[in-house]
Amino acid sequence: MKRRKFEELFFRALMLLATIIISGSLFLIVGTIFYKGAPYMNLDMITKTPGGGFYIGKAGGILNAIIGSLYIAGGATVLGLLISIPVAIFINMYIGGKTFLANTLRMAYDVLFGIPSIVYGAFGFLIMVYFGLRASLLGGIIAVTLLVIPILVRTLDEVIRTVPSELGDATFSLGATRWETAKVILRQIRPGIFTAILLSFGRAIGDVASVLFTAGFSDNIPTSLHEPAASLPLAIFFQLSSPVPEVQGRGYASALVLTIIVLIITILSELCIRKFYKQKV
Amino acid sequence: MVFTILSVSLVLLIGVGLYLHSLPVLHKLSWGQLITSSVWKPMKGLFGFFPFIMGTLWVTGISIIISLPLCILTAVYITEYAPGRVKRILSPFVNLLSGIPPVIFGVWGVLFIIPLIQDHIAPHFVEFSTGYSVLAGGIVLAVMIFPLIVSIICEVLRTIPQDLRDASSSLGATKWETTKKVILRKALPGIIAALVLAISRAFGETIAVLMVCGNNAVVPHSAFDPGYPLPALIANNYGDMMSIPLYDSALMFAALLLFIIILLFNIISRMILSRLERRLAV
Repeated sequence: MKRRKFEELFFRALMLLATIIISGSLFLIVGTIFYKGAPYMNLDMITKTPGGGFYIGKAGGILNAIIGSLYIAGGATVLGLLISIPVAIFINMYIGGKTFLANTLRMAYDVLFGIPSIVYGAFGFLIMVYFGLRASLLGGIIAVTLLVIPILVRTLDEVIRTVPSELGDATFSLGATRWETAKVILRQIRPGIFTAILLSFGRAIGDVASVLFTAGFSDNIPTSLHEPAASLPLAIFFQLSSPVPEVQGRGYASALVLTIIVLIITILSELCIRKFYKQKV
Repeated sequence: MVFTILSVSLVLLIGVGLYLHSLPVLHKLSWGQLITSSVWKPMKGLFGFFPFIMGTLWVTGISIIISLPLCILTAVYITEYAPGRVKRILSPFVNLLSGIPPVIFGVWGVLFIIPLIQDHIAPHFVEFSTGYSVLAGGIVLAVMIFPLIVSIICEVLRTIPQDLRDASSSLGATKWETTKKVILRKALPGIIAALVLAISRAFGETIAVLMVCGNNAVVPHSAFDPGYPLPALIANNYGDMMSIPLYDSALMFAALLLFIIILLFNIISRMILSRLERRLAV
């Protein structure tokens, strides 16, 4: 009897420990980045582009990378939405949400979601070579769009499925076409669409392997789609591999900037999801 | 409709595209030679992927060994033990962790894990280590795949009917005995699916691993040796791949290899998971 009690206690302690390790790792990561990055943080970092000799420790900031990342993530999310909303509607309205075909399609998107970003990067690179594009903002946006489509489709799909089927039935019974019904449902899931946008933006802004081949890097803020664009993760990566301590420190500060952006996005989307489901219940 | 077909056929397009571009190197060397040879001399046209495959396997293996037990315990705690209030606090944590971009994990690895291994862990086992090793890659990856495994196992555990728990505890089993003998056994297929999915995620992770692994093209013999996983190889050499003949083709072959392995793993685990989901629906 005693042994059983002991085993129960032992594993309970072990579970608690595991949970603490896993949730503690978040604090550890964010804490480390803050601790190392904060001393190098200043206004110049986020308001100036790299000046001459920036990469050997002279003055400047990473505004080029911040803007570049926003362009790439924003462009990819908009482009991705234009493709994913019709797809999600098609899966749910036109072929019926619960058929074998719909489930197979869902699985295909799950599989696409699992494909690593480096493969998307390599594939994006092939597309660019095929069309004769150089590394540019456009190339980066294309590669990242491919990356976020599965995320957008699956999130929108989940959200559409929470809409009660009575709503669709009522619309149909009034003589609406499927497309008109889809418009009603889209209005219903507006907060859900916002969540999908945030999730996709968060993934897009932090990804590096897909833009490595495709977007290039530049010290200037891109003014057209055909210019190469810097991105925040790449800027971090480059600065960190520099031997100059000052530049490395700026790498930590850039990491801090990215962490803060991503944390804000994730917290916002978390709040959105909560609000959406509370509305439903 | 057109968009749906287009985006789903992306799977095929990627496969075919990568295959066509790796044909030049496949003409020169066979699949077997490419995978088993460990000579990597791009200048001489020798491309042996064995060290890179081993590097990937080491890093992935270490990360799974670290994360799987921790994640199972955590998932059981969250679904079976934790009171509702704790549950509500814990689940956002897991989501926040999954939102952190790979490059941040890499920076953390360099700042925290590398010194930890160099100064505190490695001296107990080997003479000298710079800290840049497959162990560091494994630890960083383990933290990266925590959220994925925890959330899948949690979902699987939730599909197990409450009746089973009640039946077990009415026979006098303690909570842990119920968990061990009923729940985990019942959840085994789901846990395997989570494992397979986690392996495929770990396989393809690029930048974080690249930053901490040391990137040395030899087969690692211990956890403290540097390694050079496949994705890191692709990412590191994109700059000069156009200047050496067949190099770009060989790198595309690496991407193809990754793609095929990950595609298979993903399909397997998704099939298991969707079967579980259907069981729940009935």
